[in-house]
Amino acid sequence: MAITTSTPPDTQEPAAPPEPRRQKRSAANVWLGVIAWVVGIAFFFPVFWMVLTSFKQETDAYTTTPKIIFEPTLEQYEGVFSAGVGPYLVNSLIATVFSTLLVLLLGIPAAFAVSLRPVKKTQDVLFFFISTKMLPVVAVIVPIYVVVNQIGMLDNIWTLVVLYTGMNLPIAVWMMRSFFLEVPGELLEQASIDGAPLWRTLREIVLPIISPGIFATALICVIFAWNEFFFAVNLTAANAGTMPVFLVGFITSEGLYWAQLSAAATLAALPVILAGWVAQNKLVQGLSFGAVK
Amino acid sequence: MHGAVARRRGRLPAVLGAVLATLGLLAGCSGAGALGSAEGVETVTVAIVSNPQMEDAISLAPEFEAENPGIRLRFVSLSENEARAKITASVATGGGEFDIVMVSNYETPQWAQNGWLTDLEPYMAATPGYDRADFIPTVRDSLSYEGRMYSVPFYGESSFLMYRRDLFEQAGIQMPAQPTWPQIAEFAARLDQGEGRQRGICLRGKPGWGEVMAPLDTVINTFGGRWYDPQWRAQLTSPEVRNAVQFYVDLVRQHGQPGASQSGFSECATQFGQGQVAMWYDATSAAGTVEDPAESTVAGRIGYAPAPVVATPSSGWLYTWSLAIPQTSPRKDAAWRFMSWMTDREYIQRAGNDPDIGWTSIPPGSRQSTYQIPQYQQVANAYAPLILDGLQRANPQQPTVQPVPYQGVQFVRIPEFQDLGTRVSQQVSAAIAGQITVDEALEQSQNYAETVGESYQR
Repeated sequence: MAITTSTPPDTQEPAAPPEPRRQKRSAANVWLGVIAWVVGIAFFFPVFWMVLTSFKQETDAYTTTPKIIFEPTLEQYEGVFSAGVGPYLVNSLIATVFSTLLVLLLGIPAAFAVSLRPVKKTQDVLFFFISTKMLPVVAVIVPIYVVVNQIGMLDNIWTLVVLYTGMNLPIAVWMMRSFFLEVPGELLEQASIDGAPLWRTLREIVLPIISPGIFATALICVIFAWNEFFFAVNLTAANAGTMPVFLVGFITSEGLYWAQLSAAATLAALPVILAGWVAQNKLVQGLSFGAVK
Repeated sequence: MHGAVARRRGRLPAVLGAVLATLGLLAGCSGAGALGSAEGVETVTVAIVSNPQMEDAISLAPEFEAENPGIRLRFVSLSENEARAKITASVATGGGEFDIVMVSNYETPQWAQNGWLTDLEPYMAATPGYDRADFIPTVRDSLSYEGRMYSVPFYGESSFLMYRRDLFEQAGIQMPAQPTWPQIAEFAARLDQGEGRQRGICLRGKPGWGEVMAPLDTVINTFGGRWYDPQWRAQLTSPEVRNAVQFYVDLVRQHGQPGASQSGFSECATQFGQGQVAMWYDATSAAGTVEDPAESTVAGRIGYAPAPVVATPSSGWLYTWSLAIPQTSPRKDAAWRFMSWMTDREYIQRAGNDPDIGWTSIPPGSRQSTYQIPQYQQVANAYAPLILDGLQRANPQQPTVQPVPYQGVQFVRIPEFQDLGTRVSQQVSAAIAGQITVDEALEQSQNYAETVGESYQR
């Protein structure tokens, strides 16, 4: 059924002479362009709306006919800063930076081992890594909470560093494995013939080649750690709260909050957007790296 | 060339090291929030629900710290759902992150019975001028277990009907002193200008036991419905409940706001504040929002009426956000010092006289004396007496016509209700969205309620 309905249109038409075919190809390009724009706008619009709303008064923020023209105000941003964003920002930075570094520290050798130096039962190891992502977080929060409570690590930022490392490690190993597999085997053979020790091979031959991939992996880890909410809200209180926890403080059940929440969310998104923008070139290189065979 | 590469290589780890060291230092031992604690200063951690009055209290807290140099306050402010989950987990497992927690009259008696909360009677008795008898009696009783208070109210609320006086005058409608629900439905029909224009009424439809279930429960009660009979047999398919839910769903579907199945307090506050609906039945605390010119374009044009009734003499709900000390807190005295400051008569004066807060935004519904304050009477004359009256007449022991085995007006005060109420609310919300019929919603809800009821029948 599906096959018959999705028959491409050009197979139904008689074979076209060369010139119209080029026209058709450019028409296809136009369509692809239109689709890309539509998808792009669909993804970007909520972000745009959030930024726009953050400059509104609360009365303008949620109207049945949405307002595009309004008198902009910085009042919401003042409100966010006066609510004490500082410690939350620092905590988010700590959790993100340290967990990402730990992930790279543990993940690069692991990915190396399961790709270029396959150990025994590599497939099982890989499956074990990814299987830790199969259980929903909510299913393990009670044991984690109890353990963290027992060892006196509730409301401690290093608890989040450890958890985020565990959370991102499997993804990082899988991602980096695909990058490692791109490294030509001859290079490694050459290195081992030359008698280079493993560590040197890794550092001087493999890592420079896959550095865009590592960059992309690190950025993914940064984004996941920065945006993580569930562990943070359950395991932190006054000391170790992170930005996403700070954000929900603006949701009130008895008042208007959309404009201020938008301002806080815009601020929370800025560091990640900046990191992504700075890393843009490396990232595109890295993300397309594993795809080219 | 080689030198440059070597220098660059040398510099990167150094910069990275410096950044890490700074972050590590900032982290202190547990997190950036712990910075700045001095020796000999007790740090009291307060978990609160981020509603406007609580945010005002946070803004006034530096005054408390100035008066009490030995105590430093730290607030964890979360939205209602997150706060409730977090506080429950922390208190139930003895997590001990908080010295003061904000709880409601739903939690307090249950948690007191479990031994999770500190008995506040000795503290109140030892605090001169802290007038326990001044608390509104129904509110005080709702926070007591075996006659002793385990939390003290910061603010209390009932429910009432807000309506646009100007629109009612134009249409020649007179709001009765005690409206009935059929009257309200008739007014809503007359003031409804059709889709895309001004609608008759705003009613919550969002899933959640604290969302659509709160107003709907008061409607069920006053239609004579109940969750359980005294033998804990579920009653959600009884004719009374059926009529009440059908009435509510019909009213909001025919004359209610657009997107009703996703509307909660905030959405209705906006709709009403923007003049897009003629009436709104919700918490009395809404008055502070809709009478604030910064948040509402209809301020000053609003009339108020008691919660509409059918078969009961009154039907307003009873809810209060209050402060309690978990048993696990090692800083009970310091915690009480702040709690008593925040729930004292003086605090009301302080908030009312504060230029950034003002008398319209004081925490209402906790103390009877609040309603004797001339400045408050002056600004809140239109609704303040109704709040007090609604709270005094709310009857959590006997919320409906027939007897019930539970307590609570807009909730059933059993631990299972958070789950049960939410499941039922999802059914009702689906009925409001038109995905299922009211009968289907109630059949399913009855199943849920029977399962819970069975555990109480033994």
